[in-house]
Amino acid sequence: MKILVPVKRVIDAYVTVRVKADESGVETSNVKMSMNPFCEIAIEEAVRLKEAGNAEEIIAVSAGSMQCQETLRTALAMGADRAILIQTEESDLQPLAIAKLLKAITDKENPGLVLMGKQAIDGDHNQTGQMLAALLNWAQGTFASKLDLESDSITVTREIDGGLETLKLKMPAVITTDLRLNEPRYASLPNIMKAKKKPLDVTTPEELGVDITPRYKTIKVSEPPKRQAGTMVESVQDLIEKLHNEAKVI
Amino acid sequence: MPVLVIAEHDNNTLKVSTHPVISAASQLDADIHVLIAGSNAAAAAEEAGKVSGVVKVLHADDAIYAQGLAENLGALIVQIAKDYTHILAPASFFGKNIMPRVAALLDVQQISDITAIESSDTFVRPIYAGNAFATIQSTDSPKVLTVRPTSFDAAAAEGGSASIDQIDSAAETGLASFVGQELTKSERPELAIADIVISGGRGFGSAENFNKLMEPLADRLGAAIGASRAAVDAGYVPNDYQVGQTGKIVAPKLYIAIGISGAIQHLAGMKDSKVIVAINKDEEAPIFSIADYGLVGDLFEIIPELEKALAS
Repeated sequence: MKILVPVKRVIDAYVTVRVKADESGVETSNVKMSMNPFCEIAIEEAVRLKEAGNAEEIIAVSAGSMQCQETLRTALAMGADRAILIQTEESDLQPLAIAKLLKAITDKENPGLVLMGKQAIDGDHNQTGQMLAALLNWAQGTFASKLDLESDSITVTREIDGGLETLKLKMPAVITTDLRLNEPRYASLPNIMKAKKKPLDVTTPEELGVDITPRYKTIKVSEPPKRQAGTMVESVQDLIEKLHNEAKVI
Repeated sequence: MPVLVIAEHDNNTLKVSTHPVISAASQLDADIHVLIAGSNAAAAAEEAGKVSGVVKVLHADDAIYAQGLAENLGALIVQIAKDYTHILAPASFFGKNIMPRVAALLDVQQISDITAIESSDTFVRPIYAGNAFATIQSTDSPKVLTVRPTSFDAAAAEGGSASIDQIDSAAETGLASFVGQELTKSERPELAIADIVISGGRGFGSAENFNKLMEPLADRLGAAIGASRAAVDAGYVPNDYQVGQTGKIVAPKLYIAIGISGAIQHLAGMKDSKVIVAINKDEEAPIFSIADYGLVGDLFEIIPELEKALAS
């Protein structure tokens, strides 16, 4: 079985994001970029499935600018076998367009499983996996914290509002990863070197015949309302007095 | 044309996430219909019909909707979508799971987690863990939206007198089946709607300490218990306690963060709380920069003292 793992290049999770003064977006120049943390979890899970003998090949795929090759090299260094970049200069790639691009790749590669992050930490949409499953008419196992692979089905434990839910999905399926599925490995130096020699193919939305025209327009991006730091209290008694008499919340 | 709200319910009662979505829908100046898809869910349908502002309830009753599987529920929503300008659901794990599937099947780009409605096609939503807010204008029809429940007042549970129409099921897709669920049992208020939330972080050091210290305080305050990702990852509490960018978004009247340093991913889930209290031994912790009241000290001493003082 092949596993397809879509990955996204995003502003690093530890960078403080700043809104541009003209409200056209957020500052991305000279900002550290990394693989979206949920995508790392997806790559890790795919590598574990391969190590356990449940998969033969892992294909990492990303859509975006030339720079996404770096993210794909990281995926290769973590254990993916080959990579595909869907290269485009469209700076506003929206989830439906990405899902359509991924469908086109899935149709070509015929993976038994698509494993991907539940959400990218830039747009926070949480859509692409569900959309891909819909376009393929496949089952979806979103927010997965545990997977059990059987011959023609996969049992997925999902994080839901009140706890956990377990579903059995027909294969092939789309799985989206939650934080507790695994802890991703760091790529070792020898593997980073080896990754440079692994195949990385480049295609385009045009070659795949996919229309990626944005469906919404961003009018402005603004700063959130700022919360002012309040007062430091000296003691528990002081705190209770303030909550009772000043804030009136207890 | 009317707008459609996808209700979240457990077949008996509506989940509290549904009422703010009905309130958001009322800003669109159209008749509001509510879909109850469930199994033996007549009680939930009746309850939905009484919510203020609802004019019609569509009730699809079928065993295939008992657990809200996205594949089957998505097919049902798509079947009725053509009659609506907007389709809305809560941005809870339920809505997040189902709505993108619906949007893709309708070939529209969903707008996720809206916090304000500016007009029938323009919405505000947080991006980058709430470090920025995007105002976006959708060109799609229908518009598929998920709504952040804490950003809208809940519609009143009484006041409506909607008709209840039984509707046909869509075909069972056969793609997924329900195996089981493990729900966290608690007598305390639900985290998403509690007036007071006390949240703990890695500072507790163990699950035993977390429970031993937090439970009496929560009981004393009538509070729900939340946690940072660090505390959940360390196994102190179950996953559904997690407050943050990818966990639960809460906005209680009082939020007390104890032993939580305040990573931006955590702040994204609680910074709309009315009053924030931070208790941390590290006076440099980022949580203090957004707290209304800060207390520097050892949580192992402060919590028992706080609990005792509240008792008197």
